[in-house]
Amino acid sequence: MRLRRCGPDAVLVEVDSLGAVAAARAALVGLPGLVELVPAARTVLVSFEPGSPGLRQVQAVLEQADLSAAPVVDSAEVTLPVVYEGADLELVAETAGLSVAETIALHSGADYTVAFCGFAPGFAYLTGLPEPLCQPRLDNPRTRVPAGSVGVAGEFTGIYPRSSPGGWRLVARLADDAAALFDPTREPAALLSPGDRVRFEAVS
Amino acid sequence: MSRALTVLATGPLALIEDLGRPGHAHLGVPPSGALDVPSLRLANRLAGNPEGAAGIECVLGGLAVRAGTSCTVAVTGPSVPVRVNGHLVDSHAPVHLRADDVVELGSPLAGIRNYLAVSGGIAVPPQLGSRSTDVLSGIGPAPLAAGDVLPVGDPAGLPTGEDAVPPLNPVDFLSVPVVLGPRDDWFTGAGAQLAASVWSVSPESNRVGLRLLGDPLRRAPGFDGRELTSEGVVTGAIQVPANGRPVVFLADHPTTGGYPVVGVVPARHLAVLAQARPGTRIRLRG
Repeated sequence: MRLRRCGPDAVLVEVDSLGAVAAARAALVGLPGLVELVPAARTVLVSFEPGSPGLRQVQAVLEQADLSAAPVVDSAEVTLPVVYEGADLELVAETAGLSVAETIALHSGADYTVAFCGFAPGFAYLTGLPEPLCQPRLDNPRTRVPAGSVGVAGEFTGIYPRSSPGGWRLVARLADDAAALFDPTREPAALLSPGDRVRFEAVS
Repeated sequence: MSRALTVLATGPLALIEDLGRPGHAHLGVPPSGALDVPSLRLANRLAGNPEGAAGIECVLGGLAVRAGTSCTVAVTGPSVPVRVNGHLVDSHAPVHLRADDVVELGSPLAGIRNYLAVSGGIAVPPQLGSRSTDVLSGIGPAPLAAGDVLPVGDPAGLPTGEDAVPPLNPVDFLSVPVVLGPRDDWFTGAGAQLAASVWSVSPESNRVGLRLLGDPLRRAPGFDGRELTSEGVVTGAIQVPANGRPVVFLADHPTTGGYPVVGVVPARHLAVLAQARPGTRIRLRG
């Protein structure tokens, strides 16, 4: 673990695994004056109100925490109904050496966890993707990925909350009657938050 | 008669802003909010509001609004002509309007952003705890357009006549401190490299970031062509994309970034950057 200075009121905690990110994030919740706690793939950004004593407590809190153990946190369980009709479904199946039906069964049979969010409001990076589905991004990213598209890239799967450019391999789309991933007029605005557990349910 | 302001003209860009929605970066939601925070706070104090009430952030003047009822407004930011029904009035002071009075902003003499506060604050529905328009993610109200009718809240306090508030006086050469890190080790002599250049504000700057033109920053040996895994970034972070030209992240910045951040401009120095016109020269003291 390494702490990197990030201006007068924040520090970037650098660790070597997604598991350690989750553990560090859980350990830092509730520090006095905390403003932002932003996990990413190998870091947690911790920022505080100016002059808050919390910043000076980060190192001690992390040294006492066991970053190798999965954190025990209250997390929501979310089931997302999806239609497995992604534009790259056959490519993903072929790359994995599986049939389309086997690919669907594998993706919808796994338990996922929101590791972190970013890229756009409500975009959650889900871990737990079965190894055969861990595949590279497209060589030529799409200029427009439709909202609700479910893709895989590297060790992650995720859903595009709104249409945007993107290079993930698309395997499915959110069902029409599924709740929006992000709606700033709703409370809570984001359907998925770091630590939440997620399953995909195949619907037609 | 209603507690509302009707927008008659907007100039190049006019947005509703308050102090933003920090605390949602873990959901991918930028902090947003007024770029020149002290100016919004002052406008609100002058209008008798809590400092965090929503007002209008107006780029390069040209805003005109009509009061639906009697109210108090205050205009802050760089020095700017303010007219009520065509007659010059003071900026940086409470101005009392009657129903149907029209208040207009001319062009600021220097700087970019003026703030108009109205007693009671602009009362559009908040999103994630803020009424701010976020130009990056599209959260919050749309940019203002002529014909918009903006609801105004009930006044909470008395306008305060602060003595002789001097307008900001933006200059064309700024010297801004930088706290090095978190990724200063990616650059050869990061502090010295930053300080050696006089940077120029690019016309492509916006609420997402202030883009700087100048000699590209050189990566340290071993870091050339290296890619960074995306990580959280703070407002004021100086991100250095592959072209080596720094971007100082402002309120509507993305919550994570995949390029190294060489240093961070402390928050209290961001207001002056928010007022820097294209071509303004900047020294970054690492």
